Amino acid sequence: MMKFTLAWLKEHLETDASLREITDKLTAIGLELEGVHDRAAELAPFTVAHVIEARQHPNADRLRVCIVDTGQEQVQVVCGAPNARTGMKGVFAPSGTTIPGTGLHLKPSKIRGEESNGMLCSEREMGISDEHDGIIELPEDAPVGAAFAEIMGLGDQVIEVAVTPNRQDCLGVRGIARDLAAAGLGTLKPFAPPAVPGGFDSPIDVTLDFPDETANACPCFVGRYFRGLTNGPSPDWMQRRLLAIGLRPISALVDITNYVTFDLGRPLHVFDADKVNGGIRARLGRPGESLDALNGKTYAIDPEMTVIADDAGPEGLGGVMGGAHSGCTETTTNMFLEVALFDPKRTAATGRKLNLESDARYRFERGVDPGMVLPGVEYATRLILDLCGGEASKPVIAGSPDVPPKTVTLRRDRVRNLGGIDVPAGEQSRILSALGFEVAETDAGITATVPTWRSDIDGEADLVEEVTRIAGFDNIPFVSLPRMSVVAEPSLSPMQRRVPAAKRLLATRGLVECMTWSFMRRRHAELFGGGRPELALENPISSELDVMRPSILPNLIEAAGRNVDRGFDDVGLFEVGPQYADDTADGQSTMATGIRRGRTVGRHWDGGGRPVDAFDAKADAVAVLAALGAPVANLQVMADAPGWYHPGRSGAIQLGPKNVLARFGEIHPRVLDAMEVAGPLVAFEVFVTNLPLPKGKGTRTRPKFDPSNFPAVDRDFAFVVDDDVSADKIIRAARGAEKALVTEVGVFDVYSGAGIGDGKKSVAIAVRLEPRERTLTDPEIDAVAEKIVAAVAKATGATLRG
Amino acid sequence: MLAEIDALEREFVTAIDGSADMAALEEVRISALGRKGRITELLKSLGGMSPDERQNAGAAINGLKQRVGDAVAARREALKSAELDARLASERVDVTLPVRPETEGRIHPVSQVLDELTQIFADMGFTIAEGPDIEDDFHNFTALNIPPEHPARQMHDTFYLPPDAEGNRKVLRTHTSPVQVRTMRTTEPPIRIIVPGRTYRSDSDMTHTPMFHQVEGLVIDRESHMGHLKGVLYDFCKAFFEVEHVKFRFRPSYFPFTEPSAEVDIGCSYEGGQIRIGEGDDWLEILGCGMVNPRVLEMCDVDPSEYQGFAWGMGLDRIAMLKYGPPDLRAFFESDLRWLKHYGFVPMAVPTLAGGLSR
Repeated sequence: MMKFTLAWLKEHLETDASLREITDKLTAIGLELEGVHDRAAELAPFTVAHVIEARQHPNADRLRVCIVDTGQEQVQVVCGAPNARTGMKGVFAPSGTTIPGTGLHLKPSKIRGEESNGMLCSEREMGISDEHDGIIELPEDAPVGAAFAEIMGLGDQVIEVAVTPNRQDCLGVRGIARDLAAAGLGTLKPFAPPAVPGGFDSPIDVTLDFPDETANACPCFVGRYFRGLTNGPSPDWMQRRLLAIGLRPISALVDITNYVTFDLGRPLHVFDADKVNGGIRARLGRPGESLDALNGKTYAIDPEMTVIADDAGPEGLGGVMGGAHSGCTETTTNMFLEVALFDPKRTAATGRKLNLESDARYRFERGVDPGMVLPGVEYATRLILDLCGGEASKPVIAGSPDVPPKTVTLRRDRVRNLGGIDVPAGEQSRILSALGFEVAETDAGITATVPTWRSDIDGEADLVEEVTRIAGFDNIPFVSLPRMSVVAEPSLSPMQRRVPAAKRLLATRGLVECMTWSFMRRRHAELFGGGRPELALENPISSELDVMRPSILPNLIEAAGRNVDRGFDDVGLFEVGPQYADDTADGQSTMATGIRRGRTVGRHWDGGGRPVDAFDAKADAVAVLAALGAPVANLQVMADAPGWYHPGRSGAIQLGPKNVLARFGEIHPRVLDAMEVAGPLVAFEVFVTNLPLPKGKGTRTRPKFDPSNFPAVDRDFAFVVDDDVSADKIIRAARGAEKALVTEVGVFDVYSGAGIGDGKKSVAIAVRLEPRERTLTDPEIDAVAEKIVAAVAKATGATLRG
Repeated sequence: MLAEIDALEREFVTAIDGSADMAALEEVRISALGRKGRITELLKSLGGMSPDERQNAGAAINGLKQRVGDAVAARREALKSAELDARLASERVDVTLPVRPETEGRIHPVSQVLDELTQIFADMGFTIAEGPDIEDDFHNFTALNIPPEHPARQMHDTFYLPPDAEGNRKVLRTHTSPVQVRTMRTTEPPIRIIVPGRTYRSDSDMTHTPMFHQVEGLVIDRESHMGHLKGVLYDFCKAFFEVEHVKFRFRPSYFPFTEPSAEVDIGCSYEGGQIRIGEGDDWLEILGCGMVNPRVLEMCDVDPSEYQGFAWGMGLDRIAMLKYGPPDLRAFFESDLRWLKHYGFVPMAVPTLAGGLSR
């Protein structure tokens, strides 16, 4: 983020362009406009007022009752600021206005029994800084009734742009001006601050004290000693610019450091030289050291951080923030200026570790221009001498700002081949030159020497970007991709098709699709076999979302509970998504998981549904498997589901003894209790990818249609078996009794109770026989029936029910 | 004789027409045409007549029999029809009663939009690629030219899993871009993929949720350039938003994994709280993109002197919001039945290019 005013920009850019042309171009070249603030207009209702009298509020110790001359009338205002006093000039907000900094709409009111009309405002209330310790005090000669923004010099429009992390050069107004000039919006004014000769040797020396392997922590530190300074307020023009971008003027020396930071993207630091003990030493921190920083906070220093120290200890965190002890104040007369380079990585790490943001860190962690060290010293020196008087020493130079020159070659056709736009060769050279590259035409193309402020450039693609963005991305012609084939090929693999198939199938069965978090609270995960330490987030957004989900079910059950609380008792939900068994790619499986709760359908005039049961969940699971192409008739159902299901009302659907394709059943009442959701609630979980893909058949042709020409025959049988005999066994036995004839076996009644005997049940099945060669005769039918009875008896010990 | 026949006919026809129900009609029929019925008796009397008499009377009596028989049949039809009418009248139901309830499922808007996207990109020759949600540092960052101290890593608000024995921490992928890396390392160009999936950043407000969906695109071949990138995205936007024209703005930006990089805004306008995509004075940022950085190609074992290409990434939830209007991203993940019924899609509404993406 970078803020500046139009007038400030014009310090560096000679241009006739309108504000709108400038802001449109900024976005077009990659400095995205975030906003333009016309503060003269925003602050127009707020005017200079004279406090004729400020007296103690009769009913409140901390309040004063002020009589205020607004230039138009005299009004009474109750004010809580400690600095409100008779005779001062302040900023008056009349009733009917809205305070920009707080959004408060002012109305005439009574405060503790005293009438109050309007308000005297602080800087924060005016939205110009965070200062809120008292109301704004305007100069004595400010004309009563005049617009306050004019008096404060806030009339200039403030432009705010987003600066991407690669463009440190545009964290100074000058860099932005250079980009605009290259884009044809004017001429970049020359910048070559003349060297100011030093009159004496600096009494403070600078040493770079780093082991070889960390020498890049601070490759260069230029210091300069100033004596005989007067550190008063900075001039109006500088104060106005700083205020416009939200910085509060403090004193000339501090304001100069801020101004140069934003003007050139070149952070500075100033030490009160009288508080520096001995020489300045840039070094790594030592265990146990700490710094009382300029922001009033104390920071612990570690050996990974760069500090600027004197003989007494750290006086600043290199590239991040200076210390309070040696900071400059209004009484400073001798000052030591720091213009240094710091390693971006180390600066970023230090700032991150200390959670310390500053304008200096923001720039150093992105890489400050090494070419601006020496000009920066001279530019700052000129400002200091002009604003504070005094005398400058010879500069003290430790290390070197020099970096090896970098050249990159741009092939002539590369902008067209990569950027997709034709830019004439001459224009390509012009653009690069305007951006500060030294260009030479060679056989290979344009050889460009990268300017010191563009450390982000290191390859041909970067140069293509520079040329293309200045030529304008919007000017690149649209080219549709050539087709790969005349008729499009499928974009989903057979395995991938299963996901949309499962979703559509479940929705046709009346279930509503959800998307829930991939994480959940640990307690719920543990109920479903999860909560392994390697799946717990180190930095969860809340304790309710702290472990990766072992199953989708807890999320759906929770969602069902929320919907029940809203008055929806009958809930059917599903989600097709990932669950996580461990932290590897193989541990993530795609599930089609769903729940049903309440009744199958709501009550109505012709009766109503019934409570959902395990067979509803089984039907869902089987339907999904059928939609995925599973051989449903060959699947085995085992009464063997994990512990979150009802032990007697749940099962697993398997293909062979090991491959579990799905589970279903009632959710264990204890699990529902723990989740505080009322049941009954049934669920299914289908492993979408466990079903093997069918072997390629090489043909889409169906087998020949070959119906029987002879009538089918249905026969019913009622068997009495032990209670624990599964229906599945009876069905399989009946089906296997005469494979050539038996085509279907269905269960149409299950009964236990009177007439059957204890520990027994009756299972009635309907068997369909489809002869293929001739119509069956009664004796033939009877013979098959006998075979079926015998097969079922053999498999299950069944007897025919008498 | 003839007079007698006329009289009989009148008598029977009156009786037939007057019979109130089937039973009365049957009684009349028997009295006329039954075995001992009077017309039957008359027919029997023919036997005692002279041939001349018989000739005349025979024709007359048979005619009578025929007409009375027809009258009975007609009356029977009339009575049957009246009986049916009466039964139907008694069977009336209140057709305004509501139908028996059926449960009605819904497809989540994100799934629907993904299906739409799949249709569009299938037509442009793309296949779908996927990868794991739990990623290692290499695929999520390093191979994408985001070294550990890179400021861009700080923009990602990464969720971390605990360090393993060597101190390596896995992450929840912050974008779908690691699948680019996985694809390039295993597939020979030309490559055209789109990568939908869950992504994670530790952020939460009205437009940010800790989990969201991204869809990534990647094209690698020998000649695709930024013009193609603009073309693909423009063709996609037109097809996806189902409009004739989309105002399009291509802004330079920065991503470590692309060079040059851009962000794309589309034109829009707001009318009565509803957003209209395509035209208008407002701009809406919808995606980031760029030419794949040669360093990324190198790290993915693709020779940058031979191959080049582009990539883009956008929020799947976000484009669903733009197309179908749900205002609050958080609601996507709250499983509120009322919301799901309102913004969800009926399962039969399968998007196809032939049938239209949305109906």
